[in-house]
Amino acid sequence: MSIVLKIIVQRLGLGVVTLFVVSILIFTAVNMLPGDFAQAILGQGATPEAVASIRRDLGLDQPPVLRYFHWLAGAIQGDLGNSFAQANFASFVGSDSGGNKASVAAQIAPRFWNTMFLAGVTALIAVPFSVLLGILAALYRSSVFDKFTNIFTLSSISSPEFFLAYILILFLAVLNPWLPSLSNIYQGMGFGERLEKTLLPALTLTLVVTAHMMRMTRAAIINLLASPYIEMARLKGTSPMRVIVRHALPNALAPIINVIALNLAYLITGVVVVEVVFVYPGIGQLFVDSVKIRDIPVVQACCLIFAAAYILLNLTADIMSILSNPRLRHPK
Amino acid sequence: MSRLLTMKNVWIEGRSDETWTPIINGIDLHLDKGEVLGLIGESGAGKSTMGLAAMGFCRDGVRISKGSVYFDGIDLLKASAAKKRSLLGKRIAYVAQSAAASFNPAHRIIDQHTEGPVQHSVMSRAQSEQDAIELYAKLRLPDPEQIGFRYPHQVSGGQLQRAMTAMAMSCRPDLIIFDEPTTALDVTTQIEVLASIRDIVDQFGTSAIYITHDLAVVAQMADRIKVLLKGDEVETNDTRAMLSHPKEEYTRSLWAVRHFKRPAKPAVHTSATPVVSVQAISAGYAKVDVLHEVSFDIHEGRTVAVVGESGSGKSTVARCITGLLPPREGVIEFDGIALPLDYRKRTKDQLRQAQMIYQMADTALNPQKTIGEIIGRPVEFYMGLKGRDKRRRVEELLDEIELPADQYFDRLPSELSGGQKQRIGIARALAAEPRFIICDEVTSALDQLVAEGILKLLARLQDELHLSYMFITHDLATVRSIADEVVVMKDGKVVEQGSKTEMFSPPHHPYTDLLLSSVPEMDPDWLSNLLAERGVENIGDAAVKKMK
Repeated sequence: MSIVLKIIVQRLGLGVVTLFVVSILIFTAVNMLPGDFAQAILGQGATPEAVASIRRDLGLDQPPVLRYFHWLAGAIQGDLGNSFAQANFASFVGSDSGGNKASVAAQIAPRFWNTMFLAGVTALIAVPFSVLLGILAALYRSSVFDKFTNIFTLSSISSPEFFLAYILILFLAVLNPWLPSLSNIYQGMGFGERLEKTLLPALTLTLVVTAHMMRMTRAAIINLLASPYIEMARLKGTSPMRVIVRHALPNALAPIINVIALNLAYLITGVVVVEVVFVYPGIGQLFVDSVKIRDIPVVQACCLIFAAAYILLNLTADIMSILSNPRLRHPK
Repeated sequence: MSRLLTMKNVWIEGRSDETWTPIINGIDLHLDKGEVLGLIGESGAGKSTMGLAAMGFCRDGVRISKGSVYFDGIDLLKASAAKKRSLLGKRIAYVAQSAAASFNPAHRIIDQHTEGPVQHSVMSRAQSEQDAIELYAKLRLPDPEQIGFRYPHQVSGGQLQRAMTAMAMSCRPDLIIFDEPTTALDVTTQIEVLASIRDIVDQFGTSAIYITHDLAVVAQMADRIKVLLKGDEVETNDTRAMLSHPKEEYTRSLWAVRHFKRPAKPAVHTSATPVVSVQAISAGYAKVDVLHEVSFDIHEGRTVAVVGESGSGKSTVARCITGLLPPREGVIEFDGIALPLDYRKRTKDQLRQAQMIYQMADTALNPQKTIGEIIGRPVEFYMGLKGRDKRRRVEELLDEIELPADQYFDRLPSELSGGQKQRIGIARALAAEPRFIICDEVTSALDQLVAEGILKLLARLQDELHLSYMFITHDLATVRSIADEVVVMKDGKVVEQGSKTEMFSPPHHPYTDLLLSSVPEMDPDWLSNLLAERGVENIGDAAVKKMK
């Protein structure tokens, strides 16, 4: 077990370093984009005075290095700063510039939980579905079922996400009004209703991620079928299904787990198109909007969340791969 | 005795590319209850295919095209898949060549043992576990109560092979197919496994087909022997009759293989500087020490055989001499001059002088390169030859190893047989014009006839080019045929060294004695006599007595 513990500590340490590097990269990248928040929000007809005034209010007139360290100092203490956009609206309305309500954390939190909810529902459907399909495809390899599954999953991964989304809307919301086509989620909504509204985007995403996981499951299992221990199991009179589930699958887990982790990370970080189609208030839309208006604190926070998701999921995958290997679990 | 298995006019084909090529050409086979049949032949003879066919089983890409297989009145070729599954494991069981590969690494040994009895409803899980422990005890596995609860990688190869025999016995089958069960084991371990297999087969009156390429082994195990050659039957006879009066020329040639012996060479001058001198080297990996103060000399034109069981440190010595694994302590001299221990610090000429030939010619040759390129590479790298000169040199080398250059120059390794690949490995080593070659188990993956050809080639090259060999092997027959001096290793130490004559004539170091006496002999009574001589009525105590 000490190996696992060592890896966790090591990787978490590396993860912190990675997050730090990501934050520098993102900060630099956003600064290199033409224009800044003041210009973006005031538009074409802005007077230089107005622009300068907003810049002064937000501290944008200071050198980037200073701003970065200012942000970093806050971030380390858990304060991700205030959203430019929210602060701005507050000053328009005329309330005090004490922008506690406009903090990045307060803005991201509900969106983040929405994204996690969507990712969670999708994962609960997609992972068992893909692994099961993969097992069945391996069991009935080269059969009609296998070919159909391959064609079906490949065509769904090859189609644009919005196209899949509209097809599902057409069949499941328009022609047969079973599910709502809009996912207008709000806080304080009941779980059942929330689930119902999340189902269509979740199904769309399931179609997107299934192919990858299913094909890896199938390939990893088939790869092992020529092993002597599989032949041995067959020569003991073991049924084909049991050969695959009990004898092949446990040894094929490592690559499958890795692909699952990659796809889960994608569900957290890359679903903006699906969010737009279903008007789902997730973190992806917020991120894109914030980049558009150069709202650096929000962009930074989103990127850190994305990076952290990748790091944690990959770490989990590695640890589970290790745990699936009896040689490491039970050393000599 | 009543008939248990009848195979009539069996034809088996294997698919290569799009065509079906024959593997077994119309062989008849029958087996009575309680009888043990030995199936022998070289690789490619179709022994394993035939053994699996006796279970009504074909590997992927193989099919039984004609003939019939009746097991206890049941037509295995016409039976449904479910019907066959109800027989496999329950009434017909299989013991594979490599137990290490044939046990599922993900499950404990006992979980795999009980799987058969439970799914065939022979015993409950608890009964089967109890029975497994009893079988482990019968097979004299150490700590029978606990050993089953370990994972396969936690148990040694010889123990796994016995655990697999126990697993085959789990449903008390009528027939067991043993497919080269001891080929991957050291001689000392082999004896224990052979004895325990024979013991348990006797005890339960099980019929068995015992597949092997080793005549001496089959002589100990079988009542009757069938010799196969390239899918055809050569002859069948009772063991004793066949050993004393083989009818066919081919059978006799199998017998004769072990007779190749080089004449002894004159003794070396004690004053001569050895080509390679290994002086008190100690080495290891990470925190584990593998070698402890190993010393020996290799003189010009002579062969030093380094023998020992797997894990004794033979190959590690080779890695030290080549500089791949710099030893922690000690000196390696070449012609009386100390070599840098790390190969990266050696000069090109120092590297050129010592070459290596590997056990697995398959993996030691780049599959993407032609033979001409493989041999041409060291010719260019070490000797600086290019263009026509290089080609001519490669052709010379191909002549040396008795492969016609015009036929082999442009071929890929995959188009060659195992023996031919090993010859290419030899040519590649010769290309550097070395004075010293390390041969690491170069014949152990080859059939005996082919291996003999390689040994003769190496002997001729040694005479012509005054080469010195370090010959790593666990096969004492090879040592007997080619070595001048012998170094016996155990647990990373040299336990005995001296000339071949000294080594093969008593008195021996107890470990050398154990190694020598463990090599199977053709005499069908050899195993029984040996066990009696070692003072044990049955197998188990041999394990306990071993190496005390």
